[in-house]
Amino acid sequence: KVLLKYFTPLPTCTVGEIFELKAELNSDKKEKKKEAVKKVIASMTVGKDVSALFPDVVNCMQTDNLELKKLVYLYLMNYAKSQPDMAIMAVNTFVKDCEDANPLIRALAVRTMGCIRVDKITEYLCEPLRKCLKDEDPYVRKTAAVCVAKLHDINAQLVEDQGFLDTLKDLISDSNPMVVANAVAALSEIAESHPNSNLLDLNPQSINKLLTALNECTEWGQIFILDCLANYTPRDDRESQSICERVTPRLSHANSAVVLSAVKVLMKFMEMLPKDLDYYSTLLKKLAPPLVTLLSAEPELQYVALRNINLIVQKRPEILKHEMKVFFVKYNDPIYVKLEKLDIMIRLASQANIAQVLAELKEYATEVDVDFVRKAVRAIGRCAIKVEQSAERCVSTLLDLIQTKVNYVVQEAIVVIKDIFRKYPNKYESVIATLCENLDSLDEPEARAAMIWIVGEYAERIDNADELLESFLEGFHDESTQVQLQLLTAIVKLFLKKPTETQELVQQVLSLATQDSDNPDLRDRGYIYWRLLSTDPVAAKEVVLAEKPLISEETDLIEPTLLEELICHIGTLASVYHKPPSAFVEGSRGVMHKRLPAQSTESPDVGTAAGGSAPEAAPSIIPSQGDLLGDLLNLDMAPPTTSGPPPPTTGMQMGGMDLLGGGLDSLVGISHSVDPYAATPGQPVNPFWVKWSLQTRRSDGVLSLQVWLPAMKAKGLEISGTFARRAGVIQMELILTNKAMSVMTDFAIQFNRNSFGLAPAGPLQVLTPLGPNQTIEVSLPLSTVGPVMKMDPLNNLQVAVKNNIDVFYFSCQYPISMLFVEDGKMERQVFLATWKDIPNDNESQFQIKDCHLNSDAASSKLQGSNIFTIAKRTVEGQDMLYMSIKLSNGIWVLAELRVQAGNPNYTISLKCRAPEVSQCVFQCYEAVLKN
Amino acid sequence: MIGGLFIYNHKGEVLISRVYRDDIGRNAVDAFRVNVIHARQQVRSPVTNIARTSFFHVKRSNIWLAAVTKQNVNAAMVFEFLYKMCDVMASYFGKISEENIKNNFVLIYELLDEILDFGYPQNSETGSLKTFITQQGIKGQHQTKEEQSQITSQVTGQIGWRREGIKYRRNELFLDVLESVNLLMSPQGQVLSAHVSGRVVMKSYLSGMPECKFGMNDKIIIDKAGKGGVTNEAGKSDLGGGGSTSGKQSIAIDDCTFNQCVRLSKFDSERSISFIPPDGEYELMRYRTTKDIILPFRVIPLVREVGRTKLEVKVVIKSNFKPSLLAQKIEVRIPTPLNTSGVQVICMKGKAKYKASENAIVWKIKRMAGMKESQISAEIELLPTNDKKKWARPPISMNFEVPFAPSGLKVRYLKVFESKLNYSDHDVIKWVRYIGRSGIYETRC
Repeated sequence: KVLLKYFTPLPTCTVGEIFELKAELNSDKKEKKKEAVKKVIASMTVGKDVSALFPDVVNCMQTDNLELKKLVYLYLMNYAKSQPDMAIMAVNTFVKDCEDANPLIRALAVRTMGCIRVDKITEYLCEPLRKCLKDEDPYVRKTAAVCVAKLHDINAQLVEDQGFLDTLKDLISDSNPMVVANAVAALSEIAESHPNSNLLDLNPQSINKLLTALNECTEWGQIFILDCLANYTPRDDRESQSICERVTPRLSHANSAVVLSAVKVLMKFMEMLPKDLDYYSTLLKKLAPPLVTLLSAEPELQYVALRNINLIVQKRPEILKHEMKVFFVKYNDPIYVKLEKLDIMIRLASQANIAQVLAELKEYATEVDVDFVRKAVRAIGRCAIKVEQSAERCVSTLLDLIQTKVNYVVQEAIVVIKDIFRKYPNKYESVIATLCENLDSLDEPEARAAMIWIVGEYAERIDNADELLESFLEGFHDESTQVQLQLLTAIVKLFLKKPTETQELVQQVLSLATQDSDNPDLRDRGYIYWRLLSTDPVAAKEVVLAEKPLISEETDLIEPTLLEELICHIGTLASVYHKPPSAFVEGSRGVMHKRLPAQSTESPDVGTAAGGSAPEAAPSIIPSQGDLLGDLLNLDMAPPTTSGPPPPTTGMQMGGMDLLGGGLDSLVGISHSVDPYAATPGQPVNPFWVKWSLQTRRSDGVLSLQVWLPAMKAKGLEISGTFARRAGVIQMELILTNKAMSVMTDFAIQFNRNSFGLAPAGPLQVLTPLGPNQTIEVSLPLSTVGPVMKMDPLNNLQVAVKNNIDVFYFSCQYPISMLFVEDGKMERQVFLATWKDIPNDNESQFQIKDCHLNSDAASSKLQGSNIFTIAKRTVEGQDMLYMSIKLSNGIWVLAELRVQAGNPNYTISLKCRAPEVSQCVFQCYEAVLKN
Repeated sequence: MIGGLFIYNHKGEVLISRVYRDDIGRNAVDAFRVNVIHARQQVRSPVTNIARTSFFHVKRSNIWLAAVTKQNVNAAMVFEFLYKMCDVMASYFGKISEENIKNNFVLIYELLDEILDFGYPQNSETGSLKTFITQQGIKGQHQTKEEQSQITSQVTGQIGWRREGIKYRRNELFLDVLESVNLLMSPQGQVLSAHVSGRVVMKSYLSGMPECKFGMNDKIIIDKAGKGGVTNEAGKSDLGGGGSTSGKQSIAIDDCTFNQCVRLSKFDSERSISFIPPDGEYELMRYRTTKDIILPFRVIPLVREVGRTKLEVKVVIKSNFKPSLLAQKIEVRIPTPLNTSGVQVICMKGKAKYKASENAIVWKIKRMAGMKESQISAEIELLPTNDKKKWARPPISMNFEVPFAPSGLKVRYLKVFESKLNYSDHDVIKWVRYIGRSGIYETRC
């Protein structure tokens, strides 16, 4: 009760307080000192700045009192970064503590040192860390193992130079299971930032060691090991089965995370087992009970489990097909559990259990929570579409619900009935009369649009269809676009069906849509109808009343490639969000796309050819696939995907992630299906795309400023910019100018898929609102791990920028030299072999004219753009320079540059496995050499 | 991995803030407060993503615990860890309350330093933590070298949950079979879903490092034994005889999970449960059954709407177990509409009361023997309303406690072997108790 006083609410530490604490900290009395440090920590916790006390607190460090020591360490970890010079004062104590006789003190010192992120300190850390990694006490070793990961986070190069990675690898064979587990965790984390380093070096021997440690270590250690195992690809089905056999006992662990991680390993390795194997079906049976058991855990874990089960039932519906009942909603479940259960119920619904499911859904539709009720009503509709035999019962259930007159229930029911009509045409139209009774109560656009669609579609059977539609027309301009479009179409349909009585109505709607509306979509549609009707009514009939394709059964399945990737992430946040890690993780960590292994074929020679390591992880100096396009697009990685429409009511707040949501989705959709640029290069088909030619270039390969988006096309926002590569980071430099009269805020940027996976590495940093006539310069770092799609021209980049006014699209071209990476210098031998290896068809020759540099000057100039000269040869007065370039996606370009003294024209030959890039590379050469 | 851990009070003030990773800044503390604790809506998800930072939270009474990360962490692990953190704190200072947390903040920081390293959970067994994280502070100096290495080997060791050298004068163990029986029944008396989730909780006061073997009437084992002609174990059941003997011989267990002390590979291959137990109280296993469940009570509801302003409710409960056994703490909760203006109740047994604040009639009966029946009838007066929406009729729920295991589970044996010390299985005093409680026991009306 004494300590309560530390938490007295004070906004900031006053000068007096600081002074008082200073005095107490320097007191001779140990107890007083300790009390003072406690007060300091308490202030720190509530966010007060007590960094001024740094020297005084550090002075307390040299003490025999372990509790006091820990408190001082806690303070150090918080403030060392802001006071790096003073933090050095602490080093000696750390080094001394690392030699202490007490293993707890040694471990404490090495653990804390790793948390002090000051460059100068890390140098002093190396020696103690090296000793601790080989300490006789396992407690110190397990702490040191994690410390390597900490140090790597601060200074990766140092860790490699000091050889800590090898020591860490050795710890995988340690006799103590906890040391093994921590070493695995540390290595896995380090490996994530070096995707191709093969750091973990998983092979049957090391896997065996991990599986042995799995039986002995703590629950947390088991999770680290299982998560690491999931990254391994077994060589054949036999190895896969034997690992599965040793992992299955984990399914009975009390810790849900151990269970889910085991499920992940099994789901992944199962892919490799032949389906006719007895063991395969045994394994399937073993998976169901533990998954069901997860549902008796605490609600938060239930939620995680349910999100994962949602993926599992999509991938392997057979596992849980008999377990429908456990997903029935309990009255007291938290809402997030209820919504997820409902989702899974629909996925499991089949002819066998549909009666039960329907009875449940009807029950849910009378609950209190509005979101839940809506989802339940929607679910009834989805059952009707999924299980044909149940359609009739579903429709009558929906009619019952409409009778309740609960507003949102009625609206939701009408939306789903529209879908049922589309799935089963000419079957349930008898209910239209009931629907029409509720016309007045509909106030949500989706429901209104659905109802209007129904009236238009069945106009011939509804006597007063014209009256009904006319009633909507009165407030035409207050309706949302969705409703307006639907109303326009419905009235045209009505006119085509009953031309005599409705001429006036159709004219009215056409003029409303074309003359009085600002909405281009609505105007366009209006004009199309107008012309159709006036030129060829028969054709109009064929177009407007054409037979519609049936809607598919499962509407919200996750796209298969994304599903595969998410299965590889079972138990993790990605599986909770149903998004790939790249969608919510910044930087390079965890953005490697994972995919399931393929079923092994008869000959298991793929693995052995790669030296016994997993094919995925084999280090490849030169891309060796035959498929050139595949190389170019990096297709050996799982193709990146855009996730399906996010479920609207999952209750997740993915703040700021889907900024441009629908806008860019439709954009991707366009390029996906039509790809206008592939058909007619340089001729934008979509008028919203603006293209600008790039001509002016500067010496450093940076394009000088281009206007990418003129103000007149973007409601007053002008964007110009350029690209640069600085210290290995690609930067997009943007200049935003507000030429409108109003303030612009909420800027955000997104890229369409592009040839090299360029994507913003962070949000667009426009922190202050942009006032009229203001200009702001923004530098946006780019990563190259975004989704990939081949563009034409190759270096074309389509960009969407959003602000509080609208979303704008433009496209620009970046110099390919942005993508030349710093480690693009090839070994001579490799160069020779590769040059020979690439077929001559892939060679292209270019002339660079009017260049007055000698070969050495050219070479050093090119080096500045990461074009590396490997060798130089002089033959008959002609200098031959051999050069290599590595692109950010791992493609190598080899070049031979011939320079003849006195001749201003150079000849350059480029060889690359993806010859498409040659033209762009040549342009870079020209740009660099000529400036 | 976990980037930081924050503890807040109900107002959203930070009580504890420990950051493990550089990518988590002080603003994360405020982001969670603003977006979750102070959010107007009720919590729609235990995982929240705010500006590319993910927050996992659990609530204990009015205290919020939040783990923060920017990476693709193992979400299940984070929640398991948060629960574990609560357990550890509770075992150090009791209830998790604002006052307790403030009074123990130094201890909590010390614990957080020990059980999370760079965001990776480390040993979190209270048994071993208590050997070296004490509030004595100066302990490190008084330990001998042997003591120190004993601590470290236990923390990192294969049997991290038990220390060596435990001695009891009297070797004794208590087994509690605690079951919660869950039911969802339709108004017509059809079982929509029913399951038992059970726990075997053990209190062990045993010397040394005893090797234990636990047996129950698991169908798979009994069938196996029956086939192989091995009957010796079944005969020696010195613990059985808890409740009725008329029950079935064996039960089908859908699934079970074990404390980390149990050798899972052995269970997987032989289905035998063997382990070296932690000292004191712990949960040995959890299990779930769905077949042949004894439903201790049946609820028969009858709701009649008399006009627009009156409801007549009649509920009959029937006990369905041996007449010699007594159920306790029986409570039936009958929901009433929001526009209830008055209620009149008549019940045959126990006490019934209308609780306006809870919108329910609560009927309590202290004890009830098996194979009995009791009834309550109520007249509910309603205020006329314009509300078009019909009353949702929440289900009638029930609470009770019975002295048997509704799943039919029986403990057959628990054998203790300690080869180094001179006590044998026969010297250990063993107790077993069965308690069946209602979980979510609902009947729709």
